[in-house]
Amino acid sequence: MIKSSEIFALGLLMILLSISKSYSNVSTIIVCPNCEIKTIQEAIDDAQDGDSIIVHAGSYYTENIIITKSIRLKGLNNPVIISKDGDEIITVISDNVSIEGLTLKNVTLNYLKERSAIRVKKKKNFKINNNIIIDCFFGIYLEHANNGTISNNKIYGNATTEAESGNAIHAWYCENITIHNNILEGHRDGIYFEFVNNSNIFDNLSEKNKRYGLHFMFSNDDKYVNNTFIDNGVGVAVMFSRRIEMRNNSFIHNWGQASYGLLLKEIYDAEIINNIFKDNTTGIFVEGSNRINYHYNNFERNGWAIKFSGGCETNAITSNNFINNTLDLVVSTRMNDNIFQSNYWSNYTGYDLDKDGIGDIPHYPVKLFSYIINEVPEAILLMRSLFVDIINYTEKVSPVFTPKEVQDSKPVIQLIKRPK
Amino acid sequence: MIEFTNLNKSFGKNHVLNNLDLEIRGNSITAVIGPNGSGKTTLIKSLLGLVIPDSGEIKLDGINILGKSKFRNQIAYLPQIARFPENLNGMELIDMIKNLRNSPANANELIQLFDFEKELYKKVGTLSGGNKQKLNLLLCLMFDNPLIILDEPSNGLDPIALINLKTYLKNLKLKGKTIVLTTHIMSFIEELVDNIIFLLNGKIYYNGSLEKLLQMENTNRLELAIANILLKSQNK
Amino acid sequence: MFKIFKYSLYDMIRNRWLFYYMGFFLILTSALLILSNDFTQVLITLTNIILALTPLIGIIFGVIYYYNTKEFIELLLTQPVDRKAVFSGVYFGLAVSLSLSLASGVGIPLILFGVLNSSVLVNYIVLIVLSIVLSIVFSLFSFIISIKFDNKVKGFGIAICLWLFFALLYDGIFLIILMLFKAYPLDNLSIVLSMLNPIGLARVLIIIQLDISAMMGYSGAVIKNFFGSSLGSMLITLVLVLWITIPYYYMIRLSKAKDF
Repeated sequence: MIKSSEIFALGLLMILLSISKSYSNVSTIIVCPNCEIKTIQEAIDDAQDGDSIIVHAGSYYTENIIITKSIRLKGLNNPVIISKDGDEIITVISDNVSIEGLTLKNVTLNYLKERSAIRVKKKKNFKINNNIIIDCFFGIYLEHANNGTISNNKIYGNATTEAESGNAIHAWYCENITIHNNILEGHRDGIYFEFVNNSNIFDNLSEKNKRYGLHFMFSNDDKYVNNTFIDNGVGVAVMFSRRIEMRNNSFIHNWGQASYGLLLKEIYDAEIINNIFKDNTTGIFVEGSNRINYHYNNFERNGWAIKFSGGCETNAITSNNFINNTLDLVVSTRMNDNIFQSNYWSNYTGYDLDKDGIGDIPHYPVKLFSYIINEVPEAILLMRSLFVDIINYTEKVSPVFTPKEVQDSKPVIQLIKRPK
Repeated sequence: MIEFTNLNKSFGKNHVLNNLDLEIRGNSITAVIGPNGSGKTTLIKSLLGLVIPDSGEIKLDGINILGKSKFRNQIAYLPQIARFPENLNGMELIDMIKNLRNSPANANELIQLFDFEKELYKKVGTLSGGNKQKLNLLLCLMFDNPLIILDEPSNGLDPIALINLKTYLKNLKLKGKTIVLTTHIMSFIEELVDNIIFLLNGKIYYNGSLEKLLQMENTNRLELAIANILLKSQNK
Repeated sequence: MFKIFKYSLYDMIRNRWLFYYMGFFLILTSALLILSNDFTQVLITLTNIILALTPLIGIIFGVIYYYNTKEFIELLLTQPVDRKAVFSGVYFGLAVSLSLSLASGVGIPLILFGVLNSSVLVNYIVLIVLSIVLSIVFSLFSFIISIKFDNKVKGFGIAICLWLFFALLYDGIFLIILMLFKAYPLDNLSIVLSMLNPIGLARVLIIIQLDISAMMGYSGAVIKNFFGSSLGSMLITLVLVLWITIPYYYMIRLSKAKDF
């Protein structure tokens, strides 16, 4: 007993010693316009692994800064780093780098080189926090970078067209990335994931991006939670990816002919839970996606709540609220083996005589009128007319065009309370 | 004085007034008579502007009145069928017409004449036919107008009211008014009228005094004279 | 004219059918608000009912009212007022009292249930204004019909047919035209076609508010720009004003040429 405790104490002492030793070796290098060291690159050249570089307020015109050491680069009182000739500003080619408190500007468009304000290249354990990136072609660019955090950054772009803009956060071949509490605006994609696995995206606001608020390509086992996507071309696009968890997000006001709150293309085994889809032209556009659970989502005042196309199997759409959408469902594919059950439909016209909270007759969410609009889009002007109500009703009584199997046999009468 | 010149009016194929020329002098009582559909009411209504003639002129004291409305504040008109907004009562109607015409009116004398006090605050919809006609007369005669046009004034009146009305009209004539009326009650004409206009198929068949008409048709009763004329016209 | 309007309004306000009309909307609106606490959903249901019902009531009530007031109108015509004053006075009495009972029937429950503080207040105001406009337009139609046809039964039948045409048939024809010519650009045609039906026009103004998300998904730039901009709403408002003024002047013209 005594022996083992002695060994433990000894071990503890050694650990403490080693920490204090390494701590004592760490130094801090100050950069400011009137200091001895006037550029960040000089400071990096002078620094050793583990050092901190503090950049004081001021404007710094710079060429590409290459971080080759494990350092902490920190801005104090908002120093502004401006790219001299529009080239990339910071390139990280070392592990264990943290970049915080900087304002980065003026990385211009270049089609040959995807220039960005901060790039992490084939390294791990990075932290990019509390920075502001303004009008840069790409904001933060990760390539083959693992185990990093990007949080509390604000990345504002001035994208005018999809072709002439880059992404706010771009990740390519990454693992274990956390993207938290950032504001991403005015780029092509707010966040772009290609071959990015086991990563988390939460509490971000992505708005006014030309293409997608968040974009997954060939990425698996990722999770995005509590994010808000407003006014993007498409709120979130998930393509060719597996096991993506989508939870507690808001998809709001994505307007346009090819605009959706959420676009799913060839994805499998996803969970779409407790999200809000509001005021989108189309809440969710699904193309060829299987084994997806849609639970506890609110679809509110969208043009179309969900459009299914191109072969969708074994999906479960249960316990969602469909509230005042122009049209709830459009189905242009066979929908065998999908479950629509226990949802709340604000335009349910049935009754609940036995008062068990479940409508006594099934609800058919696919309306004939949605087919007509598909044929002649101008017919949208006849929306909510008596004539359309009558033809919808006739179709409901004896379906010819609409799939009879798409029905909610247990429509819920009251709005479903969503979990917190 | 009222002058009709070359007045024409058709309803569809039915030529109701046919190049009609007529003068009605002032300070007289004139009866317009004739069989049903002879154009009596059309004539009266064109004078009031209710019917719009196809062609021709109507002058009142030398002034053309077609298409105008102001001249009507010199005319009192009694429509053939009296129907009023049923939710109003007599008093409200009287007030309304007074208000519309914006000229002094003497309703009280007529109310007493027709013994109408009790009916005054009843809703018009609940009044009997005779009482409606009394109200109708009241609304027409309460103003001091130089020209009075009465379409079937005796309709539905009880004998006492009828006698009172006749007396009242005689007095009006004495006051210098011009009265034009249509009626089917012969005694009415015989007692009151200075001048008879007999309309037949939209034309004036006879225009003159009662005595002359009787003489012409060689009879002493107006009814017979009228029947004669009608028979003659049918035989043609 | 104002005097006649005053009496006509006074007469109408005492009309029990007008109270039933108001009562119907009071009960309907309250019931909807009690059954659902979602103001938008109530708005949608109410829109469907109001867009079909106010034109129907407007035209039928107008026809009945005109035939019932015909003698009164004739009485007025013997007075020293011109025809325009008589007909506009009587007409406005009808239109204003219909509008008042509609606005209060729908409006009072809305106030009681707290719609004033909700974000959809503007939509409700638009709905009430549109329903008043429809009442005005269709009661004008009713006057035109009843001035044209002295025969009550005929007038009544034509009124119902006219309502049926605008409320139902027109949209069917509209849709058939769109289907037949779908190979051609239909943007302008469909805008023009929606202008030619007052009910359709009112409905479009409502769907601009309720279904703008869906409309933004429409591919044709003309319709999108038209309904996405305030210019579109302004043009629609202008056309609605024309739907009131043109039938109004037509009604006055008819009344001037009519024999009583």
